[in-house]
Amino acid sequence: MTSPVVARMKQKRMADLISLGKRLDERGLTDYREAQIEIGVIEKAEGSARVRLGKTEVLVGIKIGLGEPFSDVPNQGVLTVNAELVPLASPTFEPGPPGEDAIELARVVDRGIRESKAIDLEKLCITPGKKVFIVFIDLYVLNYDGNLIDASALAALAALLNTKVFNYEVKEGEVQIKPGYKSLPIRNYPIAVTFAKINDKLVVDPCLEEEQVMETRLTMTIEKDEKVCALQKSGKGYFRIQQILEAAKIARQKAAELRKLVVKK
Amino acid sequence: MPKKKVKKVVNKENIRHDGRKLSELRPIKLEVGILGNADGSAYIEQGKNKILAGVYGPKEVHPKHLALPDRSRLRCRYHMAPFSVQERKSPAPSRRDIELSKVIREAFEPSVFTEYYPKTSIDIFIEVLQADGGTRCASITAASLALADAGIPLRDLVSACAAGKVDGRIVLDLNDKEDKEGEADLPLAYMSNLNAITLLQMDGMLTSEEFEQAINLALEGCNQIYQLQKEALKAKYVEVKETMNEGADEQ
Amino acid sequence: MPVFYERRQLVTPGDLLADNNYLAGENTFKENGKIYATHTGLVNYENRNIYVMALRSFYAPLVGDTVIGKVVEVILSGWIIDVKAPYLAMLRASDVLERSFRPQIDDLPSMFDVGDIIIAKIVASDRTRGPLLTVREPGLGKITRGQITEITPTKIPRLIGKKGSMITTIKKEVGCQILVGQNGLVLVSGKSPKDERLAIMAIHKIEREAHTSGLTDRVAEMIKTEKHEKTEVRRKDAQEKSQKSG
Repeated sequence: MTSPVVARMKQKRMADLISLGKRLDERGLTDYREAQIEIGVIEKAEGSARVRLGKTEVLVGIKIGLGEPFSDVPNQGVLTVNAELVPLASPTFEPGPPGEDAIELARVVDRGIRESKAIDLEKLCITPGKKVFIVFIDLYVLNYDGNLIDASALAALAALLNTKVFNYEVKEGEVQIKPGYKSLPIRNYPIAVTFAKINDKLVVDPCLEEEQVMETRLTMTIEKDEKVCALQKSGKGYFRIQQILEAAKIARQKAAELRKLVVKK
Repeated sequence: MPKKKVKKVVNKENIRHDGRKLSELRPIKLEVGILGNADGSAYIEQGKNKILAGVYGPKEVHPKHLALPDRSRLRCRYHMAPFSVQERKSPAPSRRDIELSKVIREAFEPSVFTEYYPKTSIDIFIEVLQADGGTRCASITAASLALADAGIPLRDLVSACAAGKVDGRIVLDLNDKEDKEGEADLPLAYMSNLNAITLLQMDGMLTSEEFEQAINLALEGCNQIYQLQKEALKAKYVEVKETMNEGADEQ
Repeated sequence: MPVFYERRQLVTPGDLLADNNYLAGENTFKENGKIYATHTGLVNYENRNIYVMALRSFYAPLVGDTVIGKVVEVILSGWIIDVKAPYLAMLRASDVLERSFRPQIDDLPSMFDVGDIIIAKIVASDRTRGPLLTVREPGLGKITRGQITEITPTKIPRLIGKKGSMITTIKKEVGCQILVGQNGLVLVSGKSPKDERLAIMAIHKIEREAHTSGLTDRVAEMIKTEKHEKTEVRRKDAQEKSQKSG
């Protein structure tokens, strides 16, 4: 990550503005940056989406594979989420195996999808205990300007919604691929909403500058019926309980707004 | 396939499968200063969890480029012994271990006066010897004692406890079975005196009422654990206090 | 103006010690007008100053302390010394040479080399760099004989005792020299390794039992018994030998 020392001047200016209910880029405390979603951007992937949240840009590609189920859930397909903070996205990203930030990003996005049961994994079972579909979700960060979690979760959901699973038949225990596709069975729409705590106030969708001065961060993932399905506090500071309950209220509103951008009914 | 009869984890009388009430902690045993080489150490047993925490520092950072100019670098390694779970776990750190190491470290950042010792490191090592659900919380409870034992200045002890939802009810301190079969798990770390939540995670599904209820229950659990932590620290020194008072009389 | 604990009461980190109107002393901090403990220890007040005597702490360098340390690195213009503090200490070549250092002619390893133990005094220390040492005083410099042992720095006052009573007792009873570094390292040098071992035994007994009363007498007692037993054994051995040969 960038130099841990942030200019005091910048810190003060941002804190002063926030205590007035304003932000450097003139957003309100609970406003998201403009979100743009493109789907089907990678033809070779079974599903894909590219999300721009302000200057933050994440590409998600979904591949469908065949494999064995986990022994404790033999009748369910497998979901795996991986994140790459590729070096072209920021001068602070370095090549190499995923660091703790990438792993946390992937696991928080994974938790939202898994816990809301967004994918009907039982429908991805081919032969119980032997063959199931594996859904590989790869989060590819292309430009880093803060709030990777929300952008990635949004892109992952958009990509899942346009993911196709190939048709198949089982002949003598062998899975054979047939022409044609079906949609991936999706039954929930988790949306991640991230708050930064700056000067003891909460702001949603922190940009990079705000992330650099924030004390700490909280991500709440909200599913379609407004239940909380994943939480992650991240960063050095702390929250008071009132702040968390307040965040939960705001998160429900924001999740509903963002969901409309992805789920077209 | 014949459908297996689902055995409830919590029965009609609101008694859990291990005999606990809904808002009851597992038995907790804490010991402070049990390792020879570490600057500070502690051991926790919480139900079947058995966890060791050791702290080294503040000391010069290696490698040197990791030194922070304005504060001490906290580092944390959460690690599970291969024999700590039913099926042998590879000793290589998993993605879960890496994430937990990060959030545990961040749970201690508000507690430690890192600004007192710029350019040094404080290393927290956590070894889960046996795991039975809620290990991240038990690890935090123990590691906080290890930090205090190392004589590192702290704003407050950090206590941690999970609440969750099992068989439709909000319960405290989930064990492995409840975590796996339950509907939600919400681990939380808390500095009681300063009213600060330093770790908060959740997986599962909770309505807004359940969510608020779970947070409050977890906080209650933390407060109970906080008292146990204080007792454990004092137990080691209670003799000291008595005899030092005697010493003062002599003088 | 409430105070929440009595004098010498045991507290743990985070305990609320006092409201406003008090000054936050050692091992405490003030937040929103309230004073809390940062360490496990005993509370005490002096006028409006409230502080905690920590029961466990690591060595925090203080200007004027005499410390014992090990040379761990010879650098261009001096030595890096490990004094068991959060920071490595530095001894400048100019301090030893008593003039400015000339790299062409001055050979630092011939003065102090890696692994040498030195006794030194801290002349400067702040939290942004390691402590600076001097050996330019009588009694300071390289240590060439004796043994080093280590105890918790918080127990040093007990080892020294009231007006040096404890340390004098060991020196007298064992018959050896003891130099105490404020950083918890103690140098013991006696006539024989046996004497040194006995003194080290006594020092660790003090560390273990620092909180008990009547310790000085018990230490003296222990040394006497140990010495006596050993001379007895030696005498017996000698007798047996002479009997056999005779």
